[in-house]
Amino acid sequence: MPNPQLNANGELIHLLSTEGLPREILTHILDTAATFVGITDREVKKVPLLRGKSVFNLFFENSTRTRTTFEIAAKRLSADVLNLDITRSSTSKGETLLDTIDNLCSMHADMFVVRHATSGAPYLIAEHLKRMGKHDIHVVNAGDGRHAHPTQGLLDTYTIRHFKRDFSSLTVAIIGDILHSRVARSNIHALKTLGVPELRAIGPQTLLPTRLSQMGIRVFHDMRAGLKDCDVIIMLRLQNERMNGALLPSVGEYFKHYGLSPEKLILAKPDAIVMHPGPINRGVEIDSEVADGSRSVILNQVTFGIAVRMAVMSILAGNG
Amino acid sequence: MTISLLSLPDAEIQCRLLADQIRPTLTTNTTLVGVYSGGAWIAERLTRLLGLPGPAGLIDVSYYRDDFAQKGLHPQVRPTRISFDVNNRCLILIDDVLYTGRTTRAALNELFDYGRPAAVKLAVLADRGGRQLPIAPDYCVWRLDLPPETGLTLSLDNGHLSWKVEHA
Repeated sequence: MPNPQLNANGELIHLLSTEGLPREILTHILDTAATFVGITDREVKKVPLLRGKSVFNLFFENSTRTRTTFEIAAKRLSADVLNLDITRSSTSKGETLLDTIDNLCSMHADMFVVRHATSGAPYLIAEHLKRMGKHDIHVVNAGDGRHAHPTQGLLDTYTIRHFKRDFSSLTVAIIGDILHSRVARSNIHALKTLGVPELRAIGPQTLLPTRLSQMGIRVFHDMRAGLKDCDVIIMLRLQNERMNGALLPSVGEYFKHYGLSPEKLILAKPDAIVMHPGPINRGVEIDSEVADGSRSVILNQVTFGIAVRMAVMSILAGNG
Repeated sequence: MTISLLSLPDAEIQCRLLADQIRPTLTTNTTLVGVYSGGAWIAERLTRLLGLPGPAGLIDVSYYRDDFAQKGLHPQVRPTRISFDVNNRCLILIDDVLYTGRTTRAALNELFDYGRPAAVKLAVLADRGGRQLPIAPDYCVWRLDLPPETGLTLSLDNGHLSWKVEHA
């Protein structure tokens, strides 16, 4: 089955997942993002690349940070950005997802940035656009269910490359609720494609998918053992709703075993970086001393996220 | 016009001739800005030949091109590096070949997003004719008239600049 993210020439036309994207495309996105990082130092903090284009932010699930960074990225590319408040719009009156898309296409949308609680919703939209012959409208997945959050995966890989330069000798640990994490999935696919030799998953058995070791990922239930000699530590947010599903005994117990404290951080390499997709739960998965410490690159991730989203949108817009 | 490979001028010598043209007009306020790739190589040589302090600015016009909708994003965009304050500076924009003038327009637009220079002049090694915009070089060492199907490019091999001509 052809990759729905690519056109017949193998060019990226939608960003739906990091899974199945060739290394060259991932590298092109990261290289392009690097050229956007310095734009904020200029007198005019935007380039005219998407002038006259309309980007629609369709957030069917709340996320202030991701929506805002997509909005900033589109505006720095000179696009017109429309944020649809879906919870108050026609969807809540019963309109189907694809009817909403058709209506927005009639308003001459050029790109949809979609966040949806259901896995596969952005795929559905991309397939629908293809069926309708609307090949010049692009879809960016801003997080769908448990499935994927590709721009977060890309900004994480960008951050790693920025601080570590080369993927080929790294040990990267992803820690926490990997089972429910679309961020973890997007990171795993991107980092494997980019050649990270050792990927580790650390967490309680109830929060780790069963097939990780078949994907070549080393699984640890003991965080101290898993952190040994790591170059990169990616902490995941513990979603409060997991506490109700009998997956964990208590927040205090979780922090004791899987929270990143200064004592545990010592076990990683001395120059290891600490990442987190945000929003962070201080005292749940990460200690404030670590989150605010010199090894934390959490705020760098946010800054790089804008450049990575600019890169994705400009590459998509250029590929008809 | 037919150009044989043997008749192509030496681009390194042309750089020295271009430096000779620019030298009498230099002020303490002058800074060079090279357009990737060819213009960046030339700007590097001119900086040395003219004894200018600091590296030249480097500009990649990919985000300012007017053919983005047709051609998409260039597969290899390089970061623009303007590490000085553009405001009130006399800039000399350096490129290898002046053809339609569209690259120069894009470079001017990008420069003005960094500030308001006192003046911008244009220096090129070759002016091949075929202009589509009201743009002319202030400094130029090689003027020729080439048909659209002929490509003229500067390349860097083993640290040496040379011209290449391709017929489509």
